[in-house]
Formats: sequence, structure tokens, C-alpha cells
Amino acid sequence: MSSTPTSTSANASTGTPETGTARVKRGMAEQLKGGVIMDVVTPEQAKIAEDAGAVAVMALERVPADIRKDGGVARMSDPDMIEGIIGAVSIPVMAKSRIGHFVEAQVLQALGVDYIDESEVLTPADEVNHSDKFAFTTPFVCGATNLGEALRRIAEGAAMIRSKGEAGTGNVVEAVRHLRQIKNEIGKLRALDNHELYAAAKELRAPYELVKEVAELGKLPVVLFSAGGVATPADAALMRQLGAEGVFVGSGIFKSGDPAKRAAAIVRATTFFDDPKVIADASRNLGEAMVGINCDTLPESERYASRGW
Amino acid sequence: MSTPVIGVLALQGDVREHLVALAAADAQARPVRRPEELAEVDGLVIPGGESTTMSKLAIIFGLLEPLRERVRAGMPVYGTCAGMIMLADKILDGRDDQETVGGIDMIVRRNAFGRQNESFEAAVDFAGVEGGPVEGVFIRAPWVESVGGDVEVLASHDGHIVAVRQGNVLATSFHPELTGDHRVHELFVESVLRAGGASQR
Repeated sequence: MSSTPTSTSANASTGTPETGTARVKRGMAEQLKGGVIMDVVTPEQAKIAEDAGAVAVMALERVPADIRKDGGVARMSDPDMIEGIIGAVSIPVMAKSRIGHFVEAQVLQALGVDYIDESEVLTPADEVNHSDKFAFTTPFVCGATNLGEALRRIAEGAAMIRSKGEAGTGNVVEAVRHLRQIKNEIGKLRALDNHELYAAAKELRAPYELVKEVAELGKLPVVLFSAGGVATPADAALMRQLGAEGVFVGSGIFKSGDPAKRAAAIVRATTFFDDPKVIADASRNLGEAMVGINCDTLPESERYASRGW
Repeated sequence: MSTPVIGVLALQGDVREHLVALAAADAQARPVRRPEELAEVDGLVIPGGESTTMSKLAIIFGLLEPLRERVRAGMPVYGTCAGMIMLADKILDGRDDQETVGGIDMIVRRNAFGRQNESFEAAVDFAGVEGGPVEGVFIRAPWVESVGGDVEVLASHDGHIVAVRQGNVLATSFHPELTGDHRVHELFVESVLRAGGASQR
């Protein structure tokens, strides 16, 4: 794997450290596998998430369910709030920038967040271009609804992909659709011969080299998590059984009746995603789940997953 | 014993990469999440990941005490990054309630090399590994603050200890499993073979 153009300096063979390499960025996501990344809006929530066993937290001003309710333009969070969360926990802290808003991303990097989510949950700042993620030392995670979209983000420098789902709905149906779509398209690539991969790349609107790599690996070259609509331990386990290497949980925890208990239960079910007894135990007496939204009644303008391309 | 069975603690973290590296180093590798699975392995890798999460899950799922017992009984163990933290007798900058398995008489400082923006790659001279320095991938990496008298220091970076061994227990701050260079895993597999494999279960 070649290092990115942003590598700060030097030559690993001389012992001079090199930061921001592809291996360091993608490797960070490898460390999160099998874990749960939780949306938090205050340092107190971040502590609850860490106590529950989250592998990382996503710092944001409003959880997606509230962004939906409040409407208006959703932007990067207040730096004070992000720093408060960084100071409150010892686990990695991620934060969201708007799609194409590379200055928000520059601010997040300057604040020292561990991962930047260029997220469709916020209002896009550019309707044509995503940020050039190679220009940063901080790694990026991006959402995708299908394989072509995932590979375009990786071509721009994303070091981790999450299937988008439909954030803030508490409804797992879109998460399932997008993850199945990505896995299904990877499976199809596996069956193609070398001649067919060129046409497949054209169809996917993705670079041939990446398409070839996926066909050979049988997986994305970066870690694939699932996001958008996970609200219960069984939802998390479902996404893992469908092939997600970990899950993001947004509104599902802190919009529920007993966040601490639900967060810990989702962590347990994510680790033992293939053991129905553990999932059953984790699912007991969790109190109210967040109230869900039926995705087929969402008007097109309120579908976050269609943001980004 | 010809092919040792080596487990990878699979509560959370970069388990797959270790399974691949161990298989390449001629071990039979398998994930371990339950006490009964732990009882069936000749050696164990504790992977990279989030040490606070791993520690919590090990307690919840009843693995911490069985892990401590196996390590005390001499099972070879190798920990990378979070795995190094789990093998430290004492840690700094951890959570107050963070439990470790222990096994190496050392004090490890969590995230000592900094946050993700400070994560780096550097060549590391590794005592006992032939063929030149290993590629060190350090991700929010810990370092070893100090070691007891029975601990061998195998590698340092920038004046900080980043690889150690005490008896059959090996630990590195960095992630050989992310590099495709399997020499450190080979070193570990040899130590499992030397420890006698199946006989010490």
C-alpha cells in the first residue's frame, strides 16, 4: 500500500517517523472492528458511552433524530463542545464535517479529533465535490449506499466506509438495504474475469484499480461498518451477521429510555453477534427503544442517504 | 507437536489480521471468545483494539480470570498495542476501573505516543528478529514506561521501550499484523513450539 501524498516527511527505513500514511489511517479503523461507535452530544454522554464499552464516540451537536425534528442547516459542532468531549474520555473521538466542507474538516483536524466523518447527516456544503481526503493527516470515514459510491469515497482518500442507512429513524431497513447492496455487488465482482472488470468499473463509476482490488480481496480495501437506524442489540447483531465489521449507533442510544443499559447491551450483542442466547440476554428489560420512523413515509427531501453521490 | 494451535482473543479489534499472520507463520489460528475456546489453544494473541472495551468485555464474558490462570501457568501470549496494555501488570492513563490480564512486570502508558494525528510508521530494530528492522506501525500507541528486572527489552523507538518479553509473554506497542511482515509472529510461534504446545494445556 503506498503512502498518501500528505505524509509529513521522511523515510521509514531511516527510522524517521512518518505520519498520516494510508497504513496508519486505515489501520486505525482496523482497531475499531467488532466494536460500537456511539453518537454523543455532551461530555456526560461520552462518559456513559465509554463506560458501556464503546470503541469510539462521535461528537456532534444534535443526534440525527433531533436534526430531523429541528430542521434547518446542520453544521459542524462547536469546537468547545468537541474539546469538552475529547477531554472527557480516553477512547477515540470522531466528529462530523459537512460533505465537501473541507474547511470544517481542517478545523476538526486542528482540534485533534481522531477521525472525521464527512457525513450526509449534516447539510451538504457542495453538491458536486466531496473533500479531498488525501490532504489531511486525520483519517476520514464516509457513508455509502452502494459499492460504486464506497469506491469513489476511497478514491478520494476515505480510510473507512460505513453503509449509510437512514440516520435518525430508529429503523434498520435502509441500513440492511445498503449493506446488502455493497456486499452483493462485491460478490458479483468476484465472479467476473479480468476482461469484464473494465466494464464493471465503468458501470460502478469507480477507478479500475480499486475495482480490481475488491474483486481480488472479496472485500473493500478498508474497514466497512454499518450505520443509520440501529436501535436494538438485535439490530446491531443483524448488521454484523450481514457482514458489517462493526456498527455506528446514533440516536438509538440517547433517544431511548435507559441509555447506559442499552449502550452496554448493544456492545455485548455486537461482540457475540452470532450467539442468539447472548443477544437474547442483552435484549432483556432495556426500557423504551427510540420511537422509530417508517422510511417509506419520509419525503425525498428528508432522506439523508440520497445526499452524496 | 508439529502445528501449534494459537488463538486470537476476538472480543474486539484487528483479529482477522492476526489470524492471517499466524497462519502465514505456520500456526493453526482460531478466534477465542469463550473460556472453553481458551482451554483449547496452545498460545494466544491479544490483538490491537480499544483496551478499555476489551477489558470490559473480558470481565462481562468471564474470560479475565481464565486468561490470568493460563498466563500464570505459562501459556505463551503475544499482545500488540491494546494487547500490550492488557499484558501489563500496571498501566498509566487508563480508566480507574480498567483491569488487565497482566503477565509482564512493566508499567505501560496508554496512548503515550499521542492521538491519531500523531500515529506514525517507523523502522524498528528488533532484538531476535533477523533480516533488518521491522516496519513499526504505531496507532495511538502505548509505550513501556518502566520494566522489572526479569523483563527483556527487545526494541525501543525515540528513547521509549516498544517491545518486551518476560518468559513466554511478548508485547509490542506497534502492529506487525498490519504490515505483511510476519517475522514477529514467527518468533512468537517458535516460542509456542518451544513451550511444548499441547502438553501444557
